[in-house]
Amino acid sequence: MIWPLIGSLAAVTFAIKAFGPLTVGGRELPEWSSRVIASMAAPILAALVVTAALADGEEWAIGPDTAGVSVAGVALWLGAPVPVAVFSAAAMTAGVRAL
Amino acid sequence: MRAGLPYALAGFLLSLSFGVLARNAGFSPLQAIVTSAIVYAGSAQFAGLAIFASGGGLGPAVAAAALVNSRFVPMGIALAPSLPGGPVKRAVQGQPVVDASWVLAGREDGTFDRQMLFWSSAIQYVTWQTGTVVGAFADELIGDPEKLGLDAIFPTFFLALLIAELKQGRGRLTALVGGLIAFALVPFTPVGVPVLAASLAAFLGLRRS
Repeated sequence: MIWPLIGSLAAVTFAIKAFGPLTVGGRELPEWSSRVIASMAAPILAALVVTAALADGEEWAIGPDTAGVSVAGVALWLGAPVPVAVFSAAAMTAGVRAL
Repeated sequence: MRAGLPYALAGFLLSLSFGVLARNAGFSPLQAIVTSAIVYAGSAQFAGLAIFASGGGLGPAVAAAALVNSRFVPMGIALAPSLPGGPVKRAVQGQPVVDASWVLAGREDGTFDRQMLFWSSAIQYVTWQTGTVVGAFADELIGDPEKLGLDAIFPTFFLALLIAELKQGRGRLTALVGGLIAFALVPFTPVGVPVLAASLAAFLGLRRS
């Protein structure tokens, strides 16, 4: 059961990552598309943060990890290096959870 | 390669917790390691594993992973024009792409820096495998990843990438709209769909024309 799962996960991931380069590449895209492409990173990243920090599966959820991520966000905004932010997020989350 | 290093370090801790969680779900160390080696898509690995561990079965686990990965469809379309060669060569070049390398390699004009893309992916691949190996063998030593707060690393990882973008004055409105779209959809759609839908906020990039 686990090996088929691993194989299926790999196949699905391969197909999804291949889709864009396979179908779209090799031709000129219209000028407007580059502006959309350049604007894609921020909303995807924001959505990943929101769905991981403010939700638990299909439910909204505030938890210790929310506190940890908030602390890391402030640290990053103030210029902290990524590893420092990561460790403070984990430490804060573990700390709140231990209360 | 230097630019990818901080994210690669965070990736080490993420994959470490993946290794532990996989062992807890009944994976052998080899199975956990092979998963990271051939799937190499963190969010999908976690999503598939979570469904599988809760008894969801093969189909739902793979479906969840596919939905979580669905953002790589628009991301791959964005990347495609920057890749040389025929369709097969491009599809292969699209494989090592992960979120951090895709963001780091993205240029303001909508093209991608291929050197940056592959080198930052490469170093992340190394730490992703190392973390999985450590997690898979030291699972009893590490214990519950949540107790260590490791579950906060995943969103922090993406927040770091996002804040780096925002500090350059880019994407403030699109990030806000994308975040709101995702947040609003959470209770109504399967996991992964909110992130895919949020990518539509990129069309706000057209507003200056």
